Amino acid sequence: MTYNKLKRIDLIFHEDCDCRQVLEKTFSKSNDEIINDILESGLKGRGGAGFPTGLKWKFTAEQPSDERFVICNADEGEPGTFKDREILFKVPGKVFSGMAVCGKVIGAKQGYIYLRGEYRFLLPELQKALDKFHDEIKDLLDFKISIQMGSGAYICGEESALFESMEGKRGEPRNKPPYPTVAGFKDKPTVINNVETLVYSFMICKHGPTKFKELGTSDSRGSKVFSISGDTPIAGIYELELGMSLDHFVEEFGDGDTKAVQVGGAAGFCVPRKKFKETIIGFEGVPTGGSMKVFNSSRSMYNVLHNYLEFFEEESCGQCTPCRVGCQQLIKGIEAVKKGEQKAAYLDQLMKLSETMKLASKCGLGQSVANSFSSIVDNFREEMIY
Amino acid sequence: MPEVQELVKSLADKYGRKRENLLHILQGIVEQERYLSDVALTEVARELDLSAAQVYGTATFYTFLDTEPRGKYVIRVCRTISCDMKGKNRIIQAIEDALKIRLGETTQNKKFTLLETNCMGWCHEGPAMLINDQAYTNLTEEKVIEIINDYVKNK
Repeated sequence: MTYNKLKRIDLIFHEDCDCRQVLEKTFSKSNDEIINDILESGLKGRGGAGFPTGLKWKFTAEQPSDERFVICNADEGEPGTFKDREILFKVPGKVFSGMAVCGKVIGAKQGYIYLRGEYRFLLPELQKALDKFHDEIKDLLDFKISIQMGSGAYICGEESALFESMEGKRGEPRNKPPYPTVAGFKDKPTVINNVETLVYSFMICKHGPTKFKELGTSDSRGSKVFSISGDTPIAGIYELELGMSLDHFVEEFGDGDTKAVQVGGAAGFCVPRKKFKETIIGFEGVPTGGSMKVFNSSRSMYNVLHNYLEFFEEESCGQCTPCRVGCQQLIKGIEAVKKGEQKAAYLDQLMKLSETMKLASKCGLGQSVANSFSSIVDNFREEMIY
Repeated sequence: MPEVQELVKSLADKYGRKRENLLHILQGIVEQERYLSDVALTEVARELDLSAAQVYGTATFYTFLDTEPRGKYVIRVCRTISCDMKGKNRIIQAIEDALKIRLGETTQNKKFTLLETNCMGWCHEGPAMLINDQAYTNLTEEKVIEIINDYVKNK
């Protein structure tokens, strides 16, 4: 496998551009041309799932309907992810502009930002910036954005749960299909993109697809904003080119004693030291919504896993049995093994349970518990037992 | 309790009386009252022409829509892994000692409630906590005592 050297990029936070000017330039193109630019750039969703952004826009635009919506998913709740807060704080205009471009392309007149309740302190400034933006583009495009607050539910970051929440209901994920491009908010065709995805879409409008495409690898084009925390002397938010090896990452961000990196938060994968060299950060390797947690050898991976499972147990919406009961049983299970009430081989049964959850859970939450569970138990089995 | 009735009515006037406005209204009540009383919930149900069960079901889904009485200032300390690794237990202990309450409890004067919460997006600056909407980061025991004392004296 080929990988890139770690390279810092300065696209997203780069000096505030004149959004109005870029929008004017973009709107001189046809909608098809704009979609083709986004497709050409290879941009994939930055929330973690990695669906091609251009396709999402295209499908929504093609869906016959009298009404369509753009939603910016700012319900950033994955443990270890905090980059969307920084983006909304530092360059809100670029987020709004990305939404406006999407709105024009798909024919939506209304956009929403679903902001997690924990970030309510951002609201006054964000609303001010939004009012200014509305004023700036009022002669350019008939498009309004409203901010809706969440109320402390991780699952509402799941797109269909987010629609339910916006409709004033419990944030319980829906069955798919239909997908949001067909029936999203209020059952209308909806583009729902992560904060960062919308900004990159706008940056592609500004710089053209080539500049973006030159970065990254064939499966993971461009750069990405990473939230780096844990045992690192330089925790923080960094924009890096995609496709680096974890080895290079740890060299830059580790504290010299790194034993594992959790890539993609609690719903992601734990990579142990022996696999740093062969692991690529990107869609061909281990994908991430941005969360990178570094653990050094003083950390108990049992405690890490226990903390993640407690998180999932509490944040599971409880709608489907595999996830609701599975999370509880996984916690009880590892506790029993640790206390010696169950034999070590019981861990294999728990692994099977997590596989069942992956297959049978309704949404991404239950499906991804197995990611951290099996990667931690597999690689740090002795720490689970002794 | 006519006060709650008035509050619910004014929020419904402001946001609308459709189902999609429910969360706005509940959030508005919590902002004023810090929690959703049974009276408030049934009042919302009446005002929006929903069943009380639908309103209660929605409210109890969300961590920040408390249905138990809370203090004027709700302190939520992050318990997720990064803050845990950086010593959130010591922070909680310090607050418990300062306010003479345990985790989950409210002070007798109804001024403070101490809770834990899941990852709130400050992993690089942990341990972190929210007091109502305000975020406090890079906490130490000394720093948290200072913050709490400021609330005790000045707010």
